[in-house]
Amino acid sequence: MSMVNPLAKARGLGSAKEGVHHWYMQRASAILLLFLVGWLIYAMIKLAGAGHAEAAAFISNPTNAAFMLVLLVSLFYHAMLGLQVVIEDYVHQRALEVTLYFLTRAGAYIGMAIGIIHVLKLALGA
Amino acid sequence: MAEFRLPKNSRIMKGKTFPAPEGATRTRTFKVYRWDPDDGENPRVDSYVVDLDSCGPMVLDAIIKIKNEIDPTLTFRRSCREGICGSCAMNIDGTNTLACTRPISDFKGDVKINPLPHLPVVKDIVPDMSHFYAQYATIRPWIRTQSTTPPDSERLQSKTDREKLDGLYECILCACCSTSCPSYWWNGDRYLGPAVLLQAYRWLADSRDEATGERLDDLEDPFRLYRCHTIMNCTKTCPKGLNPAKSIAEIKKMLIARRGI
Repeated sequence: MSMVNPLAKARGLGSAKEGVHHWYMQRASAILLLFLVGWLIYAMIKLAGAGHAEAAAFISNPTNAAFMLVLLVSLFYHAMLGLQVVIEDYVHQRALEVTLYFLTRAGAYIGMAIGIIHVLKLALGA
Repeated sequence: MAEFRLPKNSRIMKGKTFPAPEGATRTRTFKVYRWDPDDGENPRVDSYVVDLDSCGPMVLDAIIKIKNEIDPTLTFRRSCREGICGSCAMNIDGTNTLACTRPISDFKGDVKINPLPHLPVVKDIVPDMSHFYAQYATIRPWIRTQSTTPPDSERLQSKTDREKLDGLYECILCACCSTSCPSYWWNGDRYLGPAVLLQAYRWLADSRDEATGERLDDLEDPFRLYRCHTIMNCTKTCPKGLNPAKSIAEIKKMLIARRGI
């Protein structure tokens, strides 16, 4: 039993004075993804039935390579922000919360890195 | 993790049934949540068959009739019986509302009455509002100024500035909205909830208040404000027809505006 005054409990540790950036970037990346996923669908239709060589040729176009890179980075970034919200909403066991937070961050950054390497490999023909 | 099942001692049992009085022709059954902190029993749902021909039109009329004529142990809060005090906020047929302004005829079949969701229960349909009121106190809901008070007049407000408070000042803090919000259920310890955020915006929108920046500082927090995911249960359930979701969106817009882009 805690005898803490309800007001002290409600005021807690005070405001974190952050959250705007997270909120804003989640929406900004969503809008960016709306366009880029549209481009991805266009690319997939265009490359339907094509082989590895045609796909490599498509990605080696600098504009297409850039779109693909930005798509991968913003996709993982957006997923990372979204998963953070889910964890904050539902996971209330502190150790698990922190662990999952770092795992989703690490997963997103590794996903971005792997994606970038693959696109560069394909685009530069290495 | 979030808890999706009630704890063992909160699971709801079958309760007693109080039949209709002899000769009653137009009746309605009210299924009311009952829990007494002193008897060590689990909560139960009692059924009261009420004769509508000798009962007022509102759900609160039926509850008062039950207490007066059928079962005096039933405990609930009520005061103004005209939708201005917020005391009789409760969950009726799955929707948080004021029992005094909701006609019985709005409901088909049995009328199920429960306390506001996800608050600790004091007794029967009386919830513990301490934390909710404390959260309201944290926003310091009064005018805060730096300029000196005019010596011989009130702080004036234009008609158009006054109109900006319409849809905000009407909030009676009944907590129907906050307790309908899943984010408030899961994170109510830190998330301020729609009612308190609407009240916070009421002061942000007040042309006479000079502490907008400090107020925004206090609100900018992943839990206090940003647990709102625009679920809109608040706006849907508000018995006064207000739009807390819009107030929260306005606060978010103000926070964006002050960072530049």
